[in-house]
Amino acid sequence: MPGTTKHSIETADDGVVTLSLSGRMDLERFGELTPLISTIFDSYAPSRLNVDMAGIDYIDSSGALFIVKLEDEARARSVAFTLSGLSREKMGILSLIDREALAKPSLAPRERRLNLIEQLGNASIIAVKDMYDIVSFGGELIYEIGHSVRHLRKVRWGDVVTYMKKVGVDGLPIVGLISFLLGLIMAFMSSLQLKQFGANVYVASLVAVAMVRELGPIMTAIIVAGRSGSAFAAEIGTMRVNEEVDALATMGFSPMRFLSIPKVIASLVTVPVLTIFASIFAIMGGLIVGVVGLNLTIFTYIQQTMKAISIFDIVSGLVKSFVFAAAISAVGCQRGFKVRGGAEAVGNATTSAVVTSIFLIIVIDSTFAIILHYIHWA
Amino acid sequence: MEKGNRTTADPVIKVEGLTVRYGDNTVLDGVDFEVYPGEIFVIMGGSGCGKSTLLKHVIGIETPAEGKIWLNGTDTALLDDSELRRLHMGIGMLFQSSALFGSMTIGENVALPLTEFTALPMKDITSIVRMKLGMVELAGYDNHYPAELSGGMKKRAGIARAMALEPAMLFLDEPSAGLDPVTSAELDLLIRKLNEGTGTTMVIVTHELETIFNISHRIIMLDRDAKGIIAEGDPRVLRTSSQDARVTDFFNRRVTKKKHEGMTT
Repeated sequence: MPGTTKHSIETADDGVVTLSLSGRMDLERFGELTPLISTIFDSYAPSRLNVDMAGIDYIDSSGALFIVKLEDEARARSVAFTLSGLSREKMGILSLIDREALAKPSLAPRERRLNLIEQLGNASIIAVKDMYDIVSFGGELIYEIGHSVRHLRKVRWGDVVTYMKKVGVDGLPIVGLISFLLGLIMAFMSSLQLKQFGANVYVASLVAVAMVRELGPIMTAIIVAGRSGSAFAAEIGTMRVNEEVDALATMGFSPMRFLSIPKVIASLVTVPVLTIFASIFAIMGGLIVGVVGLNLTIFTYIQQTMKAISIFDIVSGLVKSFVFAAAISAVGCQRGFKVRGGAEAVGNATTSAVVTSIFLIIVIDSTFAIILHYIHWA
Repeated sequence: MEKGNRTTADPVIKVEGLTVRYGDNTVLDGVDFEVYPGEIFVIMGGSGCGKSTLLKHVIGIETPAEGKIWLNGTDTALLDDSELRRLHMGIGMLFQSSALFGSMTIGENVALPLTEFTALPMKDITSIVRMKLGMVELAGYDNHYPAELSGGMKKRAGIARAMALEPAMLFLDEPSAGLDPVTSAELDLLIRKLNEGTGTTMVIVTHELETIFNISHRIIMLDRDAKGIIAEGDPRVLRTSSQDARVTDFFNRRVTKKKHEGMTT
């Protein structure tokens, strides 16, 4: 905006200082005006301060703030203060400034930064509480699943189908692509080593065993956690924020049964299926490397693959993915139900759902590794 | 209440032939009105009549199908993006939900436009923020987060943020939505106090009769079927002397049969 604030300072012999202001006193000029306060009081040491504002064309609340600060400073130094030349209309803005508000301390002091030990303690409390929440939610979920098994007709099968599509069908392209590339890379990298020993054909075994027993279930679970676990948390979280969950409860529904069960059932069915697809796609990726790069025939490659994997491998992989599915969907729902507050809390729940799911996937996988080792050799 | 020379001043907002269409659905058809400096101007009407749509077009969030809008004498259609952003700095907006940033404290919310758009040192910004919060009677709440405030306090904090850059115009979308009658009346008083003190032009979208009669200087009433303005002027006069049944029905909360039928569409 055009215009500036002009000021002139006159001093009389008896220590009376007159500050004349003219032009615009607005937000843009506020930064130029505030240094005047110390200039006047420190350099002129007035016994009396007159402020003449007859030349002011425009004054906004920051201009008014300057006048109030000037007056407060005068009062603090016991200097008499007079203000003149301001039309009644422009005086209105001065009445808006609440002097007490300027000095009032904050009601909520800023949060103190915690020291390292406090932070550690806090984090431990949160982790333990979190564990407790997940376990108790898991218990409730198992109870509700039991209830659903006994009352199969009450399960919302329409929702189950919708979520099966969302988790399974919609997830297939990305699961397929990633697994295919994984198979391709594994075969390629291992072929570089195995070629030296003339053990080309074992590339097929390596890809098959690695995918079916370990990587297939894990990769699928991680992708599902990212795609669907997060979506579950966001969906239920948003419903919490919008009081839809409360609405369900007041209508006499069990929100858990209504919202979680279809998601959990859909995940339990589709994740193992996705895992099977993941292994197939990876083997196809390996096959391409085998045929193109290692001069194996398609027949040899498939035969070697079949020889390498046992029914036990396939079943254990599927059981594992079944447990992953339960963990991912349960954590997704639990994080969603835990949402309190607004949009930010939904975002946090989504992140936390994915992170916790992936952590649990690794823990479950390690547990399986140990259990399967003993079962296999028993 | 009348501010004397209002009609002789140049309008700060001028809308001419504003037409809004969503697909084949015409929401507003040829709306004209002017808002003068310093007045409290209310855009009123029943649900779904296009009040908020009109507001969004006036502040330039949406572009009209036809018609022209002048803000402070500038045709907004002729401005490029950066000029429009500059113009936006000169207007404040209070959203229906207050739209305070939840991750920032109230003080940071109010300070945000000041730190971004002015070169003031932090010390000055702090004192301006305190002054603004004092103006809306929220002194001391600078370190609170929006989630810790009541609905009425959030609205007031929203007003403080909207007025941070000393706008010449303040737009308020349903300020009393979701507030109890007392809080709503307090907010009305605050709006009037700020209007009288700062001379800021206030454009309020509301259907709250209390607000309309207590603080507005002038209103326009929109109607869903007419797709435009059916009444303009002083609400206190319109209430009693309008010849239009739709206008008097609205002011006197009369339910007519036709209205009921209209609501099912």
